[in-house]
Amino acid sequence: MIGFVVRRLLSAVPTLVAVLTLVFVIVRIVPGDPALVILGDQATPEAVAALRGRLGLDRPLHEQYVDFLLASLAGDFGTSLVTGRSIISEVAAVLPHTLDLTGAAMVIGTILGVPAGIWAALHRNRAIDVAARMLSLLGLSFPVFVSGIFLLLLFAVHWRVFPVIGNADLSDPADRLHKLILPAITLGLVMAAYITRVTRSAMLHVLSEDFIRTARAKGVPWQVVVWKHGLRNALIPVVTVVGLYVGILIGNSVLTEIVFNRPGLGKIIVGALNQRDYTMLQGLMVIYCFLIVVVNLLTDLAYGLIDPRVKHA
Amino acid sequence: MRVDAAKASPLAVAPGRRAVARFLANPTTLIGIILCTLVVLSAVLAPLIAPHDPIEQNVVEQLKPPTREFPLGTDYFGRDVLSRILWGGRISLIVSLSAIAGAILVGGAIGMISGYVGGLLDTVVMRVMDVLLSFPSLILGLIVVALLGPDLANLIVAIGLTAIAPFARIARAPVLALKERAFVEAGRALGFSHLRILFVHILPNIVSEVLVMGSLWMATAVRTEASLSFIGLGVKPPTPTWGGMMRDGFENILDAPWLSIFPGIAILLLMLGLNMVGDGLRDAADPKLRTE
Repeated sequence: MIGFVVRRLLSAVPTLVAVLTLVFVIVRIVPGDPALVILGDQATPEAVAALRGRLGLDRPLHEQYVDFLLASLAGDFGTSLVTGRSIISEVAAVLPHTLDLTGAAMVIGTILGVPAGIWAALHRNRAIDVAARMLSLLGLSFPVFVSGIFLLLLFAVHWRVFPVIGNADLSDPADRLHKLILPAITLGLVMAAYITRVTRSAMLHVLSEDFIRTARAKGVPWQVVVWKHGLRNALIPVVTVVGLYVGILIGNSVLTEIVFNRPGLGKIIVGALNQRDYTMLQGLMVIYCFLIVVVNLLTDLAYGLIDPRVKHA
Repeated sequence: MRVDAAKASPLAVAPGRRAVARFLANPTTLIGIILCTLVVLSAVLAPLIAPHDPIEQNVVEQLKPPTREFPLGTDYFGRDVLSRILWGGRISLIVSLSAIAGAILVGGAIGMISGYVGGLLDTVVMRVMDVLLSFPSLILGLIVVALLGPDLANLIVAIGLTAIAPFARIARAPVLALKERAFVEAGRALGFSHLRILFVHILPNIVSEVLVMGSLWMATAVRTEASLSFIGLGVKPPTPTWGGMMRDGFENILDAPWLSIFPGIAILLLMLGLNMVGDGLRDAADPKLRTE
């Protein structure tokens, strides 16, 4: 297992470099001068030149690239143009809120989605299955800001069960949970819809395999076949999809944070967009890259736990 | 494989027709087609059927709940919500159709050429595509629009960019298998150029898969456009967009809930329709996938 983990860790490095290169290319390839974007059309040429110097934009491209790579890999994501504080400290201040939200959403999505998918697969083409399929289609069709606003209208404006604003006091667990419930449900329901679909199709696929028929034929009880032989094999694609879903989850968490007015990475991004905080945007992209690479790594490691064949491949 | 089967038994129904029959026999698909047709018709006919001007302000009628004259109410500037929804559908459809068409052309070409050439080029290109795929598409779109500036063309570019990778992948996979097939070898023996083999002989074999994928990604593009507009990075006001209307409604959520409910329903109906049609197309194109 240790060898497997080390191999995976090493293989993440080229991916990280590739993602960082992509960020660099996107930020530089986009036509227009970032300094001009930051300062606006009325800026004097001297001011633009000064800012270009400060941002290092006047240096050769390959030097900028190497510096950017080395700094990012060393964990230096730069400082905000607006506040002058380091991006990592700005992010660290709000990260617990975003982790609360995405973590809770993943839990909700999994505990609703996996059983619903198994249930639907076991009752294929019956009423339960049709209902599960329709509900998951509906869930997938709701952009998260639409479902968020609808839930907000129902539970916070109409029934007043939950607060409209979600700026929780992190040191008070009750307050933290109370303000987390509605946004986490918003984000979790979309994920549950997604997981239901994938679990259902993975389960149907596995249950049609020969080894399931063999197990049945030699008299293994149906419950054991489903839970031990079926689910364990069906989980592999489910884990892949949950890992891939993290990208969508991050995007959706930005929208959820805006709708519920929660502090978090989403609010930082929107703030940086409004204030044209160019270095902040680039730093945030880099942080997202790290997050994605780490999640991919965890997904790979999860395979190793679920499927012993992977470790030796 | 399907083509071979049809040739072996001349009495068999053409596979294409069978797929169309499967597609239409599915009630979900029919509902999806109806929903999409409704949205497309109302967007195309907006200038004829919209009861009011979508942009002209009328402060006297500010924030009116639904009435006979304004069936879905009015917004902060006294504009008719129904008319704005009808016109707003145009932006959603234009942006997502153009973005996906662009992604199919660029991504499809990248995937086909990469798979056909193979070797180091293929490895590098596909690694780049994997990276692009793993990046959160909303964040990517958001940053590209923010750097380019929000307008119609830039929105199309940004959303198209987020969808290139999946099309490159889906176009590449069949090319890898097809380029080893006898008809490709025959083409080469006859002295056909690589371009002719790729676009005349291989392309027709992957069109259906790419189009099915395109229909599923249309829904994603609609969602991304609406989300960017909601964040404030959509086509600039006063042009009506559904996401932009949700944003305005959100600012008046306590005293004018209809402002966010109705555009939300419009987005939901289009997304639902597109997802239903996409599912139906996928099932029809490949019966093996019906379990999904």
